[in-house]
Amino acid sequence: MSTAVARVSIGPADFDVGAELAALRAGDAGVGAVCAFVGTVRDRNDGASVASLELEHYPGMTEASIEAMIDAALQRFDIRAARVVHRIGLLAPEAQIVLVAVTSAHRGQAFQACEFLMDYLKTQAPFWKKEEGSTGARWVDARFADDEALKRWGIDAGNAGVPVGGPV
Amino acid sequence: MKIDVRYFASVREALGVGERVEAAEGSDVAALRDALVARGGLHADALGRGRVLRAARNRTMCDEATPLREGDEIGFFPPVTGG
Repeated sequence: MSTAVARVSIGPADFDVGAELAALRAGDAGVGAVCAFVGTVRDRNDGASVASLELEHYPGMTEASIEAMIDAALQRFDIRAARVVHRIGLLAPEAQIVLVAVTSAHRGQAFQACEFLMDYLKTQAPFWKKEEGSTGARWVDARFADDEALKRWGIDAGNAGVPVGGPV
Repeated sequence: MKIDVRYFASVREALGVGERVEAAEGSDVAALRDALVARGGLHADALGRGRVLRAARNRTMCDEATPLREGDEIGFFPPVTGG
């Protein structure tokens, strides 16, 4: 297995998807499938134009929580390696935000683990987006649909779905 | 006991990055939140029960029934929106 590559990188720098995928599978001839998801900044959200996106996170907790998600993916799926890159700071429309990449022997497990990691990250990694646009600046609301996505894996997200006045 | 409270996103904008507070022995995350809300003003607005917030104890997501220990770092923040 490829162990030279860090599993989690959080920072302002952009990433090169091709180079990331090459590094993730380098030296592992048992890899037959590489699956990657790239999230990017849209120029519209909820009907309003978006000029820029500011991403804040909880340093230390972010890295630890994503490491734990990758551990969970390695236990749950027959995959060989996984990597998550997530940017922070000010991002313009079309910019890359996040990369989740997984290698496995066959495609099925790589596809599933990639989606699992992304569903997990959306609702459990401590990032927050603030949009600047035509209607001013606003914090992006968490989506119930993201909680529902994690539920498919048998995990209660408790993010957007937290009832008002209920447990945090 | 001393607790390091950290705030993020909209809560940070209202209250700053954090503060060290004195919490009663035997209290949990809910009691800490209630004590902060009881100060009134900006704290009551940002941490009040009308707001959906999540919490973390020592950088792991937790629920409000989680007991506090001396020196804990407790984060309060809105639902996460990364990815």
